[in-house]
Amino acid sequence: MQNKTKEPFVRLAKRDGMPTLKAWGIRLVSIVAALIVCAFIIYAIVKLNPLKVYVSMFEGAFGTGKRTWVTIRDAMMLLCIGVGLAPAFKMKFWNIGAEGQILVGGIATAACMIYAGDSIPTGALLILMAVVSIVAGALWGLVPALFKSKWDTNETLFTLMMNYVAIQLTSYFVALWENPYGSNSVGIINQMSRAGWFPEVFGQAYALNVILVMALTIGMFIYLRYTKHGYEITVVGDSHNTARYAGISVSKVYIRTMLVSGAVCGLAGFIAVSGASHTISTSTAGGRGFTAIIVAWLAKFNTFVMILISFLLVFLEKGAIQIASQYNLSDYASEMIMGIILFFILGSEFFINYRLIFRKKGAKEDAAK
Amino acid sequence: MTQLVSLIQAAVVFGTVILFGATGEIITEKSGNLNLGVPGIMYLGGIVGLMGAFAYESMATDPIPAVCLIISMVCALAAAALGGLIYSFLTITLRANQNVTGLTLTIFGSGFANFFGGSLNKLAGGVGQISVATTSSAFRANIPALAEMGFIGKALFSYGFMVYLAIIIAIACQYFLNKSRVGLNLRAVGENPATADAAGINVIKYKYLATCGGAAITGLGGLYYVMDYIKGTWANDGSIEKLGWLAVALVIFATWKPKNAIWGSYLFGVLFWLYFYIPDLTRSSQEIFKMLPYLVTIAVLIIVSLRKKKENQGPTALGLSYFREER
Repeated sequence: MQNKTKEPFVRLAKRDGMPTLKAWGIRLVSIVAALIVCAFIIYAIVKLNPLKVYVSMFEGAFGTGKRTWVTIRDAMMLLCIGVGLAPAFKMKFWNIGAEGQILVGGIATAACMIYAGDSIPTGALLILMAVVSIVAGALWGLVPALFKSKWDTNETLFTLMMNYVAIQLTSYFVALWENPYGSNSVGIINQMSRAGWFPEVFGQAYALNVILVMALTIGMFIYLRYTKHGYEITVVGDSHNTARYAGISVSKVYIRTMLVSGAVCGLAGFIAVSGASHTISTSTAGGRGFTAIIVAWLAKFNTFVMILISFLLVFLEKGAIQIASQYNLSDYASEMIMGIILFFILGSEFFINYRLIFRKKGAKEDAAK
Repeated sequence: MTQLVSLIQAAVVFGTVILFGATGEIITEKSGNLNLGVPGIMYLGGIVGLMGAFAYESMATDPIPAVCLIISMVCALAAAALGGLIYSFLTITLRANQNVTGLTLTIFGSGFANFFGGSLNKLAGGVGQISVATTSSAFRANIPALAEMGFIGKALFSYGFMVYLAIIIAIACQYFLNKSRVGLNLRAVGENPATADAAGINVIKYKYLATCGGAAITGLGGLYYVMDYIKGTWANDGSIEKLGWLAVALVIFATWKPKNAIWGSYLFGVLFWLYFYIPDLTRSSQEIFKMLPYLVTIAVLIIVSLRKKKENQGPTALGLSYFREER
């Protein structure tokens, strides 16, 4: 009898627990592959030696002391949002709304700077701004969570729409606080008095950003890994039924975690306004709310890995801006390069999670026997 | 009266962009793929269509409008489908997370489009603004006899052909999904891929075709935006991204039914432009008015989840990758 079953050329099998080192090796290979592809694209467009282009990218990000600090500042910003998103995504709550949560935090901060800037001493003002922005962000995150836990309203789209509500709200306040009149922007708030600006620490304007975000990073790592709350988040993320069986109230965890997530994103808005731009506009969040999702996801919610990824992405951004100005191109090249690299990293996860089993050469004869 | 006509015209032009986007996304989502790359795909369709038209117009001494149309359409469809293919390969074959892949596609698409759009503006030189006049006017051509026919003519017949194409595609998709066998199979794939697989439907093939086909339709929205809405120019102002997300919202608003997307898209258009026609609004309160489409979408989202009617829900397997060996 002829056995007619045909073995497919390639099969897939799930793979459990690849050694961390090997997994990171695969990710590294994918980044290198992405850079090679980008090099070809760069060559096709500007006809320049891609290696030289990469060198000037490095100069764009770390060439001078000032550039280095701006790179650090922006990486911290991205990291902060990623840290905020981690708990929500870990429980599989698709919080696409970081953008909005940052903006409302930023609006709250700017409001304090404008209305209370002259009447409250700096220390108290900073604390007030932090608190107000946390509350604003948490509320913005709370709304979708409430509906999700009560009626299972789709949170991906709800949070997405909340972004646009927040953007319009920002436009409203920008028009309200316009300064000077007719400029359609708020301008630098308290430029003379510097009230509500982050003070210099160790002589560095952005050192306080680093301290704050690092504290959050460590805090969130501990919160997710070593606390009861963190454990509950993991269980809810893996299986609702298991959570319910273990006596964990899924809706309570949803609401609590989104409060935390929104609060950290709101605080990111505070850092963006008070610690970096000293103004508020619809581009205060600037798409970082979306990029940070990718940061959190790629790092598998490990906040320390997020540091690396944030730096990689910001490095690319700064580098591409440098190339753009040097070779007279549009600086949107950075987004394109970032997209390509992310495609590769996303694709590489497949080889970490699955094993390819090719048809063995001798299989045909075996089947015939 | 003239105000009403101009509101209707603005709403229809606006609605057509998101109608293309939403129809494409409905087809994609019916296969169980939640593609958040809609803005990116629209960007790809828009810019590549523009590039095609620009290349042809600058090469030909006397560009023929019909050729302009075909070239830009083919370019847009191909680029958008290619965007869909990247997404499909990553999510279907490599089983990457759909939301993250979609967002990445949006980042890539907007980077790609704004990069080349900015470069084209520089290439065009002079005023620093690219313009494909012949192609754009071909897209905006209407039948003058009908368009001049008073109120009705202006409200219904004063648009380029793509406005009607969008409606035809949406109706065709409605029919395809509900009345054809292939459409039934596609819905089965989105509801429960394992069952569909057991019934002998090639799940992978359906997912690929639906995602790429849907992406192609979505890309037409970007092309329409570039050629008609902003009249064959390019601006790096991120409005395509906004419109793309509204298209995603419209899918929910229409409860995954293309026929609802038709009137929904025009309603969104009216809501979006309403602020312009309400007298005595200060500039800041205009901004509050512009929230309307988003607030309405949120309201619909909540109402749909409250009523829990089976036929108003999205596909059950939406957002999940299918792994045959996983039971």
